[in-house]
Amino acid sequence: MELALAPETLARWQFGITTVYHFLFVPLTISLAALTAGLQTAWVRTEKEKYLRATKFWGKLFLINIAMGVVTGIVQEFQFGMNWSDYSRFVGDIFGAPLAFEALIAFFFESTFIGLWIFGWDKLPKKIHLACIWMVAIGTVLSAYFILAANSWMQHPVGYKIDKAKGRAELTDFWAVLTQNTALSQVFHTLSAAFLTGGAFMVGIAAYHLARKKHIREMKTSLRLGLVTVVVAGLLTAVSGDVLGKVMFKQQPMKMAAAEALWNGQDSAPFSIFAYGDVEKGHNTVAIEIPGLLSFLANDDFGSYVPGINDVNKAEQQKFGPGDYRPNIPVAFWGFRWMIGFGMASFAIGLAGLWLTRKKFMLPQHLRVGDDEVPHLVLFKNKALSPKLTVWYWRIAVWTLAFPLIANSWGWIFTEMGRQPWVVYGVLQTRNAVSPGVSQGEVLTSMIVFTALYAILAVVEIKLLAKYVKAGPPELTEDDLNPPTKIGGDMGDADKPMAFSY
Amino acid sequence: MELHDVWFVLIAVLWTGYFFLEGFDFGVGILTKLLARNRAERRVLINTIGPVWDGNEVWLLTAGGATFAAFPEWYATLFSGFYLPLLIILVCLIVRGVAFEYRAKRSEESWQRNWETAIFWTSLVPALLWGVAFGNIVRGVKINQHFEYVGSFWDLLNPYALLGGLVTLTLFTFHGAVFTALKTVGDIRARARKLALWVGLTTAVLALAFLLWTQADSGDGESLVALIVAAVALVAALVANQFGREGWSFTLSGVTIVAAVAMLFLSLFPNVMPSTLNGDWSLTVSNASSSPYTLKIMTWCAAVATPIVLLYQGWTYWVFRKRIGTQHIAEIAH
Repeated sequence: MELALAPETLARWQFGITTVYHFLFVPLTISLAALTAGLQTAWVRTEKEKYLRATKFWGKLFLINIAMGVVTGIVQEFQFGMNWSDYSRFVGDIFGAPLAFEALIAFFFESTFIGLWIFGWDKLPKKIHLACIWMVAIGTVLSAYFILAANSWMQHPVGYKIDKAKGRAELTDFWAVLTQNTALSQVFHTLSAAFLTGGAFMVGIAAYHLARKKHIREMKTSLRLGLVTVVVAGLLTAVSGDVLGKVMFKQQPMKMAAAEALWNGQDSAPFSIFAYGDVEKGHNTVAIEIPGLLSFLANDDFGSYVPGINDVNKAEQQKFGPGDYRPNIPVAFWGFRWMIGFGMASFAIGLAGLWLTRKKFMLPQHLRVGDDEVPHLVLFKNKALSPKLTVWYWRIAVWTLAFPLIANSWGWIFTEMGRQPWVVYGVLQTRNAVSPGVSQGEVLTSMIVFTALYAILAVVEIKLLAKYVKAGPPELTEDDLNPPTKIGGDMGDADKPMAFSY
Repeated sequence: MELHDVWFVLIAVLWTGYFFLEGFDFGVGILTKLLARNRAERRVLINTIGPVWDGNEVWLLTAGGATFAAFPEWYATLFSGFYLPLLIILVCLIVRGVAFEYRAKRSEESWQRNWETAIFWTSLVPALLWGVAFGNIVRGVKINQHFEYVGSFWDLLNPYALLGGLVTLTLFTFHGAVFTALKTVGDIRARARKLALWVGLTTAVLALAFLLWTQADSGDGESLVALIVAAVALVAALVANQFGREGWSFTLSGVTIVAAVAMLFLSLFPNVMPSTLNGDWSLTVSNASSSPYTLKIMTWCAAVATPIVLLYQGWTYWVFRKRIGTQHIAEIAH
């Protein structure tokens, strides 16, 4: 019991809980900012009211999410100092810089323009107001880039030297930190997964309304936008995952061996989709296996050699001294599969949806439905699915909403826990990174406080989301359709109420 | 001037910016209970800072990130040492952000009242605790030879630091009151001015005691100048407030904050966190800082980004320059 509650264990649990929680909102924020901006652009260009209503609807859901993303992000920045002070001392010279860059370049940008966007409907001309949401979208992407560059340095440290006298790592090449292939492929993968998340969010909610035959005009548009996003982002996520995987096989062979629970190296290594038995002891009773696929994922060659857990462990012992360099194998193995599985499931539902809705306007006359009715989905050319099946598709599609969120969480759990026992791969072990002066009681207190607070906020946020999802797109007012022409709005009309107020 | 000195100044600037900006929005949060008489007035207050509080808060995140990058040892000692107070501040900032965004998202009165109460407490507590934290930083804390804080939570609650906390609490409330007077119309504006007088006088007494104590303990010629500027600006802010010159009053209460924070950092330099156990164990700008290469990159980033940030944040204040009153809150106006 004493060991289980060691400050390091608690600090790791706290980091895991706060980070996974934070990352429920981050991908939604990144993608919904851009998708909302896209819808608002469509409104500015076409002046079709359905686009403005959709903008307001998704914009509101975006705001509910970004509020949580922002406040949980504050904890992320400070817990390095609180729980991981030896980590901060050791790597601050390198790791701190991208964080500071993020704050100075991205975070100021994002938070300032979001204020302008929320309160600016009656204060800014149409195009300037539109520019604000694009600024927010750009800010979220920049923010992701700097944070992922920092994380990638932990996965694969570059551009540094160790100063033995000072007992710390020092930056020698910042450009290398920002542009190394680990960072670029992580950014590529994380951003495409973020759009998969936002697309699935749209598909799920649009399907919910379409199943109930409500707000059809806006939801048809949203559904198609969501489906296209899911399919394109799903493809990019798979491609970028493959790129990132190959980088990982070279840089962190242990993580990838653990991901496959491949104990001993072999040529033409298979990929097991599902393992039955104890992965901790080697999964000999495998249910479904694709021969050679792991070798292909690692090296683009079905016959190539892939080192196993035991081989890498031996090699690392020779390099870094005695010790156990294996991560938690079941977590790595299953984490990798849940990530891919849930990601692929949302992609599959998206692809099916895109195909089923492909010809809704080319149906024969007798199957066609009006603009205010839910179209029947098409199965084959000129054959509509029965209304019953159509409704069933909507029911399944609602679940798409959750899949990428689960995939993202497992992706991070896999990538962070797969790196253990290292916090900076090959440089600093996690047990040497904790705050020596912080007591067990303090870490326990903060872990309980954050977990309880986050749990309460989760209930609040989900209820709010549910309320606004159910309410659907808002009715438009005269003011909505006639934005101001001057910056600062109409200063002459002194007593006119604000378009938006808290 | 070496680069780590430049970064000491820049960190000071970031904290100054944070206290100047979030100072008034903390103050406005506190006024929701002190000044507002009903829900409509509370909403007016909250909306005076609605578009800007998020941007203001990023000054803290930037100060935190910049400290991490420029003075990792300081960052590590400070946040692991002040563990529980920082935890309380973080919880407040989380709840506060959510409170602003979610309060108006449901129309039930109990829902809104709960978030309003949250806004009050989560503005008040950090306003107090930041002063306590800075009081301890300036006075010095128990730091051992490994730069680890070895004191307890209760050591942080010493009279000097607690006085510092009262100073930031009252000063931010005053700053928020003059901001409210500047940003509102009608009855609330007149009452904000009246309240500003009393809060301002209290602030003057507390701040003078705290700054003189600081000056006696660790001051020099430069910090004395800053002290005088702070004192004169505070008195002038009160005078301007009495004459109804709200713009001037707000500017001067801002100058008070700038000068007072400057004084704290001047009396701190070249330490960043003195040790009360042994002077050799103090964290200084040289032993706590990053390598010159990192500092150089950061300097370039700050030199390019800061003017741009100031430009667009300033523009936000221009866009939302219109004063507001209860008639501008939609539900109530109709």
